This record gives sequence, C-alpha cells and structure tokens, in this order.
Amino acid sequence: MSGRTLYDKLWDTHAVRIDDDGTTLLYIDRHLVHEVTSPQAFEGLRLSQRRPWRTAANLATADHNVPTTNRGKGIEDPVSRLQVETLDQNCADFGITEFAMHDRRQGIVHVIGPEQGATLPGMTVVCGDSHTSTHGALGALAFGIGTSEVEHVLATQCLIQKKSKNMLVSVDGAVGAGVTAKDIVLAIIGEIGTAGGTGYAIEFGGSAIRALTVEGRMTLCNMAIEAGARAGMVAVDEKTIDYVKGRPYAPTNELWEQAVGAWHQLTSDYDAQFDRVVRLDAALIQPQVTWGTSPEMVVAVDATVPDPDLVRDKVKSEGMRAALRYMGLEANTRITDIKIDKVFIGSCTNSRIEDLRAAAMIAKGRKVAANVKLALVVPGSGLVKNQAEDEGLDRIFIEAGFEWREPGCSMCLAMNADRLEPGERCASTSNRNFEGRQGQGGRTHLVSPAMAAAAAINGHFVDVREIDTQER
Amino acid sequence: MEKFTKFNGLVAPLDRANVDTDAIIPKQFLKSIKRTGFGPNLFDAWRYLDQGEPGMDNTHRPLNPEFVLNQERFQGATILLARENFGCGSSREHAPWALADYGFRVIIATSFADIFFNNCFKNGLLPIVFDSAIVDHLFQEISATANYKLSVDLDAQTITRPNGEMLAFNVDPFRKHCLLNGLDDIGLTLQHLDAIKAYEERRKEEAPWLF
Repeated sequence: MSGRTLYDKLWDTHAVRIDDDGTTLLYIDRHLVHEVTSPQAFEGLRLSQRRPWRTAANLATADHNVPTTNRGKGIEDPVSRLQVETLDQNCADFGITEFAMHDRRQGIVHVIGPEQGATLPGMTVVCGDSHTSTHGALGALAFGIGTSEVEHVLATQCLIQKKSKNMLVSVDGAVGAGVTAKDIVLAIIGEIGTAGGTGYAIEFGGSAIRALTVEGRMTLCNMAIEAGARAGMVAVDEKTIDYVKGRPYAPTNELWEQAVGAWHQLTSDYDAQFDRVVRLDAALIQPQVTWGTSPEMVVAVDATVPDPDLVRDKVKSEGMRAALRYMGLEANTRITDIKIDKVFIGSCTNSRIEDLRAAAMIAKGRKVAANVKLALVVPGSGLVKNQAEDEGLDRIFIEAGFEWREPGCSMCLAMNADRLEPGERCASTSNRNFEGRQGQGGRTHLVSPAMAAAAAINGHFVDVREIDTQER
Repeated sequence: MEKFTKFNGLVAPLDRANVDTDAIIPKQFLKSIKRTGFGPNLFDAWRYLDQGEPGMDNTHRPLNPEFVLNQERFQGATILLARENFGCGSSREHAPWALADYGFRVIIATSFADIFFNNCFKNGLLPIVFDSAIVDHLFQEISATANYKLSVDLDAQTITRPNGEMLAFNVDPFRKHCLLNGLDDIGLTLQHLDAIKAYEERRKEEAPWLF
C-alpha cells in the first residue's frame, strides 16, 4: 500500500463516519465567522431551537463591511451597520468570542486566525468565505463553505463532505529577486487555469515553496480557490512551528510539546500518490500582472496583453475579447504602458506585515505619481497595523502620499465605502479581478505588494526588479 | 427544503465561461441579513443599465436589452444553460439563493466551481454537468428553436429534449436522495449524535490541545 498525502491524513483524522459511497461526516476543529455569511445561519439555528454544539470552537470578527476611516463615527451605511450589529448580537446571544470593530485584535478573518494561533497545524478550519484556503499554509485542512454549512457547523461541529482528489503543485528551484509568493501563485493559476484545481485539494510543495515564509505560504494557499481548489495546503516544517509558538490561542508547556510531536507527522509520505502533479520551474517565474477579468488572465510584467485573434478555441477567444472590452485594453499593449488611477494594498491575500514591509521598501523616499488619485494601504488586522506603526511603515506610506487605513476587507470587494468608480483602473494586491469586484465598472489588475507600490510611484506598471531599493 | 420533482421548463442560454458569483449576485446585495428576495438582483450588473443598490425599486430600473434574461422569448425560464466553471469565486450562498429566487431550478454547464456546486443542493437547485459537445449542441438548438423546453427527471437522472431524445446525467446518490426527499442535512447529521460525541472523546485523548 502506498503512503498517504497530507490531505489524506487530515481527512482520515477528522472522519467521524464514512458511508459506503464515501460520504463522510467530517469533524471541524475551528469555525471562523464574519458578518456577511452568518446572519441567516444564526437565524436558522434560532428557528430550529438549536444551540452551537461547541461554542469555543467558533471565533468571529467583522471585516467585510467595516469602514477603514473614522471608526469613531460608527458605520454610516445603515444596511452595513445592521449586518455588523447583527453579528455582535448573535455572538453575544450564543456566547461566541468576537473581535468586534473597536477591538484592536479585529481584522480580516483570514489574517486574525493564524495571527491569534486560533488556526493550528492539523486542524480542520472552515468559514463562510472562499479564501478560508489561506489557513492551509499551516498544514491545516481549510476550506470555504456556504451559509447552510455555516449553520450545519454551528449546530453539529461537523459537515457532510465528499473527499476531493489529490493534486501536488511542486515549484522547484529558487525564484529571482523581486518575485514573491503572489507571483508564484498567479503563475500557477496562469498555468492550470481557474478551473484547473476544481475537484482537487492542492498541496503546494517543492524547494521554492519550502523557502517561502509562513506568511508567503498564506498568500499562496489563499489563492488556491482562484485555481478552483477549495483547499490548498503546505506541509508542516520548523517554520510552521516557529510561527505558531507563543500565539494567544496556541498550546503551551506539555500540551505544546505534545502538539509539536503530532504536527511533525503533517507531511505527505514519500511514496504518497497524487491524482495529478504539476511542476513549475521557480527560476522562470517573473513578477506577474493580470490583464483581464479572471485570475488566469495573467502575464509577466515584461509581456504584452495577449491577442484573442491568436487563440483557436472560440469560447476562450470570445472570453478574452469580452475581458479586453471590459478592461478598456487593446491586445498587444505592453503591460508597462498601462496607466492606473488607484492602488489598493491590502486584502486577505496581501495585508500581513511582510506585505506591508515589501511595499514600504519601494515607497520609501518616493512619491505617489500625480495621475494616481488614491493609493490605499489597509492592514489586515489591528495588530498588523500596530506592528507596522512600531516599525515606522505608516510614516513611509503617508510621506509618499498613500492613505493609511483601519483594518478590513476594504476595496478587495468594496462592500464598504472604499471602491473604484466606473472605468477606474487599479493596481491591487487582492485576489479577484472579476467584473465589478472592486466597484461596478472598475478595472482590477492583480499584483504583488511591491509591484502595487511600484505602480503607485510610477503611475503605470513597472518591473519592480528595475527599482533601486538600496541605500534608501 | 422543498422536494425536487419532475418538471418541464423553458431554457435560457448564458453563453459565457467562468460566470463568477460576483456576476451572479454583486456584493452590495450581500449586506442583507435575509435569505430571500435576491431574485430581482440576479446578474444585476448585466441585467440593468444603471447601478443597483440594496433597497431600490427594481421594477423601474432601465433594463439592458442585450442581456439574455431580458429577452421576451426567455421570460419564465427555469433552466439555465451555461459554459465551464460556472459559479467560480466566492462561497456566497446568495448566488444559489438569487438563482432559485428568480425561478431557476436547474443549471446545466460543462463544469461548476466546487463550493457553488455544493451550495446549489442545499437550496433545491440541481446543477447538471454535460460535456462540451452536448452543451454546444444545446446552445445551437436553443438559438434555432422558439420556446425550447427540457424535461428533467431527477429520479431517472435523465433530461428529455423536445425531439424526445433522452440524455442521462450523473448525480451523487446522497445528494440526489436529499433533493428528492427535501431532506435537511442538519437533521441527518444529528442522527449521528453519539458518533460525534464518541469522536470528540477520542480526540480529547489524542489531541487535547484542540479542546
């Protein structure tokens, strides 16, 4: 019998029961809750007179709707306010811990989970949000669920699931300077497509992945869903364990020792079989920029916008033409000739301290270009914000002409006041360039934090590798 | 959940790949704390010419005449035909809520995103996968035939075309059972209450740091 993958191990450990057809009752260790996908679930719980099965397994925060300025004034939009107040009330009624808007630990749910040690290696982690895949960076099985399943987890601490297939995406070799986890994951999506991972759980492996920091691995796993995979994960190593150590919800003393022993098993066996293996050469990955309305519409920064006339598949070429029309771009335009109106540095993909440091390194001593109307930096949590301020990153951004905001999802999906106006073009460190994602008619180009900062300074996309960051 | 029974329905063609959940129901409508009333805002940015906001009276908004669901011949459609990777993007169950609230009961596509696919079954919506040759063929037939209807029989796992030809489709047996009987997943899981408790007791020994 061949060995097991990391995904197999996580699955087997959490199977409460398995039916003959493979339908599995899967136990959930951690349920993260936010205001958008939970109100109907709590309502359902009340209507059926049920209580949360294990209150302490839940952790809540408000992130999608919260304003990033003037929090003292509360939330102006009454519809957003009601949704956030509903979360506060539900958490109070059912005794669920919530980092509410004025708590310094508040932030984007996928930033605060790992930051608090509330998501640990070997856990099953779910949340009513597709970017829950982020937590797989710690060697956890983490995936997004809909509101019916949010209610199901609240009521039973379990989910009824079918196992996915195993995919290994192995990135080997060393990436060049200026190439980040974001560029790696965009290159992977460019390679396998946005449906390439559908039906699979992806394990990211190879020397280039092992070389990433745990925060970089979060960026990578975060976008597994953009490749179609509900779950992305990275095997546990010493970096994972060092990352978790000392965090508020992490185990201590003997329990810590016991946990670390178990976590060391969280790797795929050497003889594990994957249903699909994709290999990329890290040295060939360049800084990436998306040009269209799907994350798979991505090219290297030194390339040009692709030409649909050169694509044979009719559905694909029509999709490309529709994307170019929406994006207001001509085929064969050089990426570095594309001018931008706004810049967004933030989101569950890229709002952690390392992301802010990378952007600040580019911004330091420079000014945002005159044609850029707004350049936002939105930290992923109150604690990330505090740390950045301790390091003086806020001063660097503010002096360069960026706005330094309060934590939340912000312009990643524009449910609060931060958004693009119709026709505006944005260099964004978020995860989706769908039509209207950052505001109706808005045009999104996905990039790394350093690339976004470089675009802000120049007013158009530039190759971050050409910017001198020495002696500044 | 209502039981899914046999029915015959008008088909509307949405000839695009990668229709994402932001397109199906834009984010501004996710601020609602209810699970009903999303139908008028289904495909909002494509369907209307103005910018939609929650609380607007949708009956007076300017319609985009180009959009398929606004065309006279597709009024009353209950089956949506689409291309690959339908429902990609976010986990928002508001997407199947909006499709069901509009009146759709079946979505046929070459492939679906996993989370969306799963969410459909929780809301009495049946997603059916056919290969691209069949989907192409259905698109052609719809464009050539007025009032193009399909009969869907979940129990038999067949779709019958207007010429009487039948197409068989696959569906997960457990999900089929739940749809046919209108079963609530939570009720089913709570039948295994003892198994969940026994699992927890065992895990408290094996991995006490999780509790």
